Amino acid sequence: MRKCHIFFLSVAVGCFWVGMMLVHSGFLERSEEARVSHRREWVGKLGLSDLCLFTEARYTRHPVTADLHVPFQDYPLAFEHFPSGSILSVPPHLRGKLLW
Amino acid sequence: MRWFEKQKNIVDFTLSALWRRKGKNITLVSVYTFVIFLVASVVYLTSSIKYEASRVLAEAPDMMVQRLVAGRHDYIPLAYMGAIRDIRGVQGVKSRLWGYYFDQTNSANYTLMVNEEMNIEPGTIVIGSGVARNLLAKEAGAIPFRAYDGSYAFLKIGRILQEDLDLVAADLILLSRQDFRRIFLTPEGQATDLVVEVRNAKELATIARKIVTLLPDTRPILREEILRTYDAVFEWRGGLTILVLSGAFLAFIIMAWDKATGLSAEEKREIGVLKGLGWETSDILQMKFWEGGAVSLTSFLVGLLLAYLHIYFTPAVLFEPVLKGWSVLYPKFQLTPQLSAYHISTLFFLTVVPYTVATIVPSWRAATVDPDLVMRT
Repeated sequence: MRKCHIFFLSVAVGCFWVGMMLVHSGFLERSEEARVSHRREWVGKLGLSDLCLFTEARYTRHPVTADLHVPFQDYPLAFEHFPSGSILSVPPHLRGKLLW
Repeated sequence: MRWFEKQKNIVDFTLSALWRRKGKNITLVSVYTFVIFLVASVVYLTSSIKYEASRVLAEAPDMMVQRLVAGRHDYIPLAYMGAIRDIRGVQGVKSRLWGYYFDQTNSANYTLMVNEEMNIEPGTIVIGSGVARNLLAKEAGAIPFRAYDGSYAFLKIGRILQEDLDLVAADLILLSRQDFRRIFLTPEGQATDLVVEVRNAKELATIARKIVTLLPDTRPILREEILRTYDAVFEWRGGLTILVLSGAFLAFIIMAWDKATGLSAEEKREIGVLKGLGWETSDILQMKFWEGGAVSLTSFLVGLLLAYLHIYFTPAVLFEPVLKGWSVLYPKFQLTPQLSAYHISTLFFLTVVPYTVATIVPSWRAATVDPDLVMRT
């Protein structure tokens, strides 16, 4: 087999798998629908406002309800000391971009 | 057909040329694959989290009203409820009691929340599965809570929430109003915040403005703002995304710059020999196009697939230390893939195209010089 054939075949196989990845993601999206609805139902039932992604600091556990000063709660020039605080950017409504 | 045969011959030659420098090229493909893998992993992860937030938080409260004191969130008097209820368009106002409890025995943070709709009896709690995992707790067991007056409250676990709910409730402990007040000594007549139900969603902004006019020390947060928060906190300019992207793009720029600033003496000599043998400048450019294409396309396809496996099958094991941070309690969750041709084409145009172009430009410069001069230098 010529090298060019091996190359074109490998690219075709790669593209096939990328296509399968898209199909699989669509399939997972549908199969996860029940789980997402279940979570949504509980969010409504408990009146939750945030995803539970980071539990180390209150302003990253609930970024929606945090205030702008809370990462610097110890003193005004305190350094951010929770890793998740460096991962998230500030929610727009805390930067004064209000929707009302 | 002749054109196609010619391209096949050029590809054959290009692959042989790449294989002659296999050490360098395998390293290049590995680094390039890793860069694409990192960028694609971040794109997959953030798009899935944004999607999950937009779907799940669609049932979040219409509006929350907090009280701010000196720029900080404070208890809100229940008396504010009457004033808000009187605003036209408001359907209902409820008070919420919730807060954070730091468990000193295992250094975990829990979110304690009063829920009256579930009729939780005093002395009993409902816990998220993350809390249960962390404490190795089972139903009917009890968890001691140190109240703010120094006494202890032993609350019995009535129910453990399903693991499915980890993404929203892993650290949650639901309890009765009495137990909450006993632990945190919250004064009567005060709540953590208020939840406002509005008849017509279009009136939310007007009602929020009226609330702030009536009660200037309050801050309303609309559901739209909740949904927008997760779009913004994982935007490309912020935090995790920019950290990984900047590292990856710097590595990518170094690779492309190395290519764009010139060819090695060996590559130049190769071009000179090919031109001496009768290759046209266009043939050399086509060869370099296939060279750049082979390296970048291979890296792109492999990087894309590895990133998919990383985020949705492992799940995100490389990012776990970053995401966990100092959290003791971390939710277990399966993210829903949110891929589209848009994501893939964006990644393609950001990585494959610049690299391929960067490969062709110096070759064009070398290919237009006299072959005799190139071979002699």
